[in-house]
Amino acid sequence: MAIPLEQILIQTINGIVNGMILALVASGLTLIFGIMDVVNFAHGDLVMLGGFVGAATIATTGNFWLALLAAAVVIAVFGAALQATTLRPLIGRDPLTTILATFGISLVLQKYAIWQWGPSARRIQEPITGNFNLFYLQYPWYRLLTAVLAAAIIGALYLFLRYGKYGIWIRATTQDRVMAQAMGIPVPLVHTAVFAIGAGMAAASGVLFGPLGGVTQNIGLDFTLRAFIVVVVGGMGNLGGSILASIFISLLEAYAALIVSPAQAVIVSFVALILTLLFRPTGLFVPTPK
Amino acid sequence: MRRSNTAYWIGFCVILALLIVAPLVLPEFWRRFVTEILIWGLLAMSSDILIGYTGMISFGHSVFFGLGMYCAAAALLTIKPPNLWIALLYGLAGAAAVATFVAFFATRLREIYFSITTLVFSQIFYVIIFTWTEVTGGENGLAFSQPPLSIPGLWSVRFTPEKLHWFVLAVVTISFLVLRRVTQSPFGMVLQAIRENEPRARAIGYSVERYKIVAVMLSGLFAGLAGVLYAIQNKFAAPDFVFFVVSGEVVIFNVMGGVGTLVGPVAGAAFFLLLREGFSRYFTEYYLIPVGIIFTAMVIFMPQGLLGFAKRRLNQ
Repeated sequence: MAIPLEQILIQTINGIVNGMILALVASGLTLIFGIMDVVNFAHGDLVMLGGFVGAATIATTGNFWLALLAAAVVIAVFGAALQATTLRPLIGRDPLTTILATFGISLVLQKYAIWQWGPSARRIQEPITGNFNLFYLQYPWYRLLTAVLAAAIIGALYLFLRYGKYGIWIRATTQDRVMAQAMGIPVPLVHTAVFAIGAGMAAASGVLFGPLGGVTQNIGLDFTLRAFIVVVVGGMGNLGGSILASIFISLLEAYAALIVSPAQAVIVSFVALILTLLFRPTGLFVPTPK
Repeated sequence: MRRSNTAYWIGFCVILALLIVAPLVLPEFWRRFVTEILIWGLLAMSSDILIGYTGMISFGHSVFFGLGMYCAAAALLTIKPPNLWIALLYGLAGAAAVATFVAFFATRLREIYFSITTLVFSQIFYVIIFTWTEVTGGENGLAFSQPPLSIPGLWSVRFTPEKLHWFVLAVVTISFLVLRRVTQSPFGMVLQAIRENEPRARAIGYSVERYKIVAVMLSGLFAGLAGVLYAIQNKFAAPDFVFFVVSGEVVIFNVMGGVGTLVGPVAGAAFFLLLREGFSRYFTEYYLIPVGIIFTAMVIFMPQGLLGFAKRRLNQ
């Protein structure tokens, strides 16, 4: 069975677009893990909540950009509250308890979403509707815009971490919590802020994803699972690695979808994860540890 | 020590006696409810071997449970006349096979990575079972008739709710005694050593990976047993039970009841099912909102679970 070259190219672009959205989710997850050893099981649900908040904002104001901003801010504040109430007491305990706590939160958020917004999918209207010709397809500009926006947000995060004063605080806390505290950095506050940033990024990707796939309460689990895979494949706590891994995994799934049904294409990324764990458990996109 | 041991066995016998008479005095609904608690309790107990004794949180117990269910279903559907013991054997074999497979990969990883890997495996098997409609019945699952309770060649009776309850109770009690023995054996001690300090256990010379693989297999075997019991009780196997939500519930049972006690997870299962029953009267399908909040609060404030909490109170 020969697959036409055009289809492969189209799937390449699709894979990169999906990969950038995923990278936005995964970089928040990996940032949170890196700084406080919290595996946030509810991360995908923050994506989902962000999507719903975005959809609600669009329904009232009709402005996509306002919705993107509102979702990011609302969910960031919500994330900060969540961290302060449930995760702060757990710092210093076994990291496994944070999985349990965030798992509980995830259950609550999912059910809350059904209760509040019902089981039907919300579509977010894309801000630009134009298409361009890609072989035999009318390819929407919006998809490309998504990738660019996601890249811009991740780039901004990178610059902030690299050069911003508070970014340096974050990196210092990631490296050595005790030393950072000794240097006068308000570590608990940094933790909360990082969680808020991660939550805001998740919410932004929820809004960006909205026009592509629609927002339902189920997308949370899907995103959580993918983000986990990406974070492990990319090397836990490694920002650059998880971005590369996001694109890698999304490309794999996109190509697999050419051959099998999309539901089964997910298995390809699972297999990628297992192979990574077997042969290179430190992650594919990180230098070999000495 | 001596005295508390006696107290333990007295308590055990009292609860066992209560469970034996339960189906005779309880109304239909609660009779079924108690049987179900026992089955979920067995599943929770099996995962306690990993969570409580070895310090590995498995989010993949639904796979072992589900495979036990589906293999039992396969035996009941293909082998005529349907035989309870062959179904049990098939279910255990299926669960053991998949547990070996999962253990081989997952035990190379520690802590969080182990949890994520088991979660991913549960999704893999869910997708396979959900999409392989010709064999597994896909979304609809498989329905079959209940096999009779029999001793081959001697006698055979149809299951009544009471007989089913006693059968389940017998299996769960035996499993409990076996698991308790295992956790107190040298093998169980090594598992606890791994939980407390893995590098040290390795330094002493124990082959940690091998112990972990056996722990996952053992745990998967008993989870499969619970799956078979559930299949026999409900006369169907459905993909929902392979979904990771079931694994999550098992973890909830453990945390609510108290990990590392074997009895705790059963108490946790009972507590969770009661909460679900109670809250679904008011919140219908949204019962997970209050239950999730209670669970999260318990993780934060009561990490030893109900049983640990009660024990500490009694000791004060």
